[in-house]
Amino acid sequence: MRVTVDFDKCQTCGLCEAAAPEVFSIDDDGYLTAVDGDIPEHLHGAVRTAAETCPTEAVTVMA
Amino acid sequence: MTTTNQHLVVVGASLAGLRAVEAARRTGHTGPITLIGSEDRLPYDRPPLSKLHLSAEAPDEVPPLATHDRLRDELGVTLRLGSAATGLDVSARAVLTEAGPVAFDALVLATGARPRVVPLPELRGVHVLRTAGDARALAHSLGTSRGLGVIGAGFIGSEVASAARARGLNVVVVEALPTPLIRSVGEQVGPLIAGLHPANGVDLRCGVGVVDLEGTDRVSAMVLSDGSRVAVETVVVGVGAVPNTEWLAGSGLSLDNGVVCDATLSAGHRGIAAAGDVCNWFDRRWGRQVRIEHWTNAIEQGPHAARTALDPDEAAPFDTVPYVWSDWYGVRIQLLGRSDADEVHVSGDPDSHRFVALYRCGDELAGVLTVGRPGETMKYRPLLARRAGWNDALAFAAERRALQPA
Repeated sequence: MRVTVDFDKCQTCGLCEAAAPEVFSIDDDGYLTAVDGDIPEHLHGAVRTAAETCPTEAVTVMA
Repeated sequence: MTTTNQHLVVVGASLAGLRAVEAARRTGHTGPITLIGSEDRLPYDRPPLSKLHLSAEAPDEVPPLATHDRLRDELGVTLRLGSAATGLDVSARAVLTEAGPVAFDALVLATGARPRVVPLPELRGVHVLRTAGDARALAHSLGTSRGLGVIGAGFIGSEVASAARARGLNVVVVEALPTPLIRSVGEQVGPLIAGLHPANGVDLRCGVGVVDLEGTDRVSAMVLSDGSRVAVETVVVGVGAVPNTEWLAGSGLSLDNGVVCDATLSAGHRGIAAAGDVCNWFDRRWGRQVRIEHWTNAIEQGPHAARTALDPDEAAPFDTVPYVWSDWYGVRIQLLGRSDADEVHVSGDPDSHRFVALYRCGDELAGVLTVGRPGETMKYRPLLARRAGWNDALAFAAERRALQPA
């Protein structure tokens, strides 16, 4: 599984970080960093939650 | 999740209601689903109504969260929009609506809240902000105004002030209490955030009320309780919201600051649950009934209420770390947890509107508020989720501060 973030839509509300902090992290300049590359299976559920929770549909999951 | 032929009816076609029907299908419910809404609109999102849709770049329409195709065809939901629910017959298991009764097996109540009104002369240019229609009308009014008056220095009023300021209007915010945001963030932190208004050229007046409006046809001025007059062509009333439970009067449900629910979001009758702004539920975390008006609460409670209604024997308590965020003049305000507390610890630079506030209840960390610190907020969430003690929280905050560049 991989994730991409549409930074035009991202509002840095932090809900993705709330759902999957191992994958998403917001820095103090207000920029979201998402893990690049393949995401371990034990985090797949949390990442799907993050994508569903994002208020602007900025997070896309590719299985 | 039992897959049965139960007919799930969701009353309230906004965010909580939409999330309830989506979750029902996602978790395997194959029976009929009906979504009832009073507005003749597909579900739409409210936070952009006080931001994008008030800007000079507002799009022509407020877009829906889900299309007809998505709801009717993909999710198999029967839509009854533009048809308000007028009553509930629990023993007959039917929702009464303007268009006739709708029988249910499982029911989710998600009828939200509406703006509290204050008695004022009925003039053009006086607005509340809740619906898409409200936002369109307010945006139009701002476009023909030099001055905006905001009654109530809460989150919504302040976001409207911010949007109007960005459009170059003169803005005066009138707050009846001596300090703004007491209810939302507490007496100590309220003034620290409220300083964002004067820092951005918005006139904040506390400890005064609006006693009259002047104007013929359209408003031309606000008259304040200290005798002053403020020239305005638009007035927004933002003094809180009232849960929409009048339609449930006489139903036998317990109604008190919303629909009274237990920890599972059950409304006290088998197969009936509530979610979102209308839901007053028992929060095990703090041992009290609470009603939350945050966006995240709607998206979390909608699915949970659907499960409680469809599968009452497996109903689980709803636990959450409440979260709300707001943007004022480009500054991000974030609140996790609760802010009615025994003690507040503020660190950072409040004068520059960059700080972290920790709230203590008893021996525990109860809430975290940040202003201008988006990288900090969610780092505290695991502490709240695991009920970290106050000293742990202070130590964590000190560690975080040590990480910052000098």
